[in-house]
Amino acid sequence: MKPAVALDVAKIRADFPVLHRTVRGGRPLVYLDSGATAQRPRQVVDAERSFLEQHNAAVHRGAHQLSEEATDAYESARARIAAFVGALPEQIVFTKNATEALNLVAYGMSNAATAGEDAARFVLGPGDEVVITELEHHSNLVPWQELCKRTGATLRWFPITDDGRIDLSQERITERTKVVAFAHQSNVLGSIAPVQELVRRAREVGALVVLDACQSVPHMPVDFAALDVDFAAFSGHKMLGPTGIGVLYGRSELLAALPPFLTGGSMIELVRMEETTFAPPPQRFEAGTPMSSQAVGLAAAVDYLSGIGMDAVHAHELELTRLALEGLSELPGVRIIGPSDLTDRGGAVSFVVDGIHAHDVGQVLDDRGVAIRVGHHCAWPLHRRFGVAATARATFAVYNTPEEVTALVEGVRAAQEFFGVA
Amino acid sequence: MQLEQMYQEIILDHYRNPHGSGLKEPYDAESFQINPTCGDEITLRVRLDGETVTDVSHETLGCSISQASASVLTDLVVGRSVGEAMKVLQAFQEMTQSRGTVEPDEDVLGDGVAFAGVAKYPARVKCALLSWMAFKDAISRSQEGAA
Repeated sequence: MKPAVALDVAKIRADFPVLHRTVRGGRPLVYLDSGATAQRPRQVVDAERSFLEQHNAAVHRGAHQLSEEATDAYESARARIAAFVGALPEQIVFTKNATEALNLVAYGMSNAATAGEDAARFVLGPGDEVVITELEHHSNLVPWQELCKRTGATLRWFPITDDGRIDLSQERITERTKVVAFAHQSNVLGSIAPVQELVRRAREVGALVVLDACQSVPHMPVDFAALDVDFAAFSGHKMLGPTGIGVLYGRSELLAALPPFLTGGSMIELVRMEETTFAPPPQRFEAGTPMSSQAVGLAAAVDYLSGIGMDAVHAHELELTRLALEGLSELPGVRIIGPSDLTDRGGAVSFVVDGIHAHDVGQVLDDRGVAIRVGHHCAWPLHRRFGVAATARATFAVYNTPEEVTALVEGVRAAQEFFGVA
Repeated sequence: MQLEQMYQEIILDHYRNPHGSGLKEPYDAESFQINPTCGDEITLRVRLDGETVTDVSHETLGCSISQASASVLTDLVVGRSVGEAMKVLQAFQEMTQSRGTVEPDEDVLGDGVAFAGVAKYPARVKCALLSWMAFKDAISRSQEGAA
């Protein structure tokens, strides 16, 4: 990693109008929920507005200038987003969100049984196995459960160690494994997966690797080609971009062979009443009128992050994580769920407070203007694994400050006092 | 301070010493309810004598609001007829879902009026209603069984 570059956080914060509002009777907003949805800078909102005010039209259709401009904006967005994650433009498919991107792969695979020889490598059946981990977000868990249900394949998973790592000592990848799907960074624990090792094991048995990169792409440099994964998914709204857009990355030869998930307009090559042939990727996977202003907005978010530099973003968020781990650990009765050090870690810090339910912790923090997430964060099995119904979670982004981490720690202490457990 | 509006002393008292906590035998019907957004769970049992609710017991895994609500529910419905209990339930539901526009009637809701502050926090309304939904479900199960 490059040496940490100190960010000009004040300058960055000036780009985010929402960070300057107050909540709950005049308290300054301390937004520590970017892992759920990040805020958008003016540059992103402006890019969307300018597209809508000047260039809006259906992309890939129409014989008029606006349509040409809209298509150029859409495809230029694809190219910039591709470059941001080490991909080629044709390897980038726009979806509604990351959940849809993961479903696209799972449904593409279950459609493979009737899609001819090219798709044979995606066919699953009884005896085949899909391997995930116990820390997965529901969006990288339920689609695989359902795929197994449809095909007769078996779902298996790596357990998680007490300090929040994927337990590689319990081998789950075998000759029967056809897919290995896991989160690049846990949305609860903050731990970063040993991608290289999991890819190596998957390659040994010829399994496909699907990476849920929702919590990594917004926060660190990520290069899918270098990681050597087959598919990867991430979402726009977690990386300073719009909602309503997600991204699927796929290796070119795999996208070329994968059957479509959603069918209809825009994704066709030739349609007859009897039969239809499909367009090459990525169009094959973008049925219907695509989200155009969202793609433009996401590309602006990518430009914004690139302007800061992802190494600097990661270093900044890691420093906030260090402060949070330190501050929270000093409070008696507070337990961190996840790695307590910064090794292979990102900026999601989940914790439980003895004697206070996470909802109540969140309520006290909210009363002080500090916005965190409480609950199971769409990772219910992981919470069960740690024997807790819910955790409180703070997540950091490029616009957060050390003072905000202090507000978090002080808020947790105030909750302990309020509920009389300090 | 808004926090005290929500966490009124009555709520905190019920939270610290919940009534009806701990599942009891015998019972006529049981309901298990979850709040999928946060993972909170309740198992609630009712015991009936004809049309009268003679006992409620529950095991609640949840926040202070959901635990206190289950406790207040126990106080409010035990000894009442099913019809009366359902009227209390309706009043409680109306109050908590009103965003603060419904003035609660203490004669009907007793300690339940303390949850009026929760109505201003839409995210917590489900917590307050979890035990009531379990009660409603358990009653309807008991009636299915009797039919």
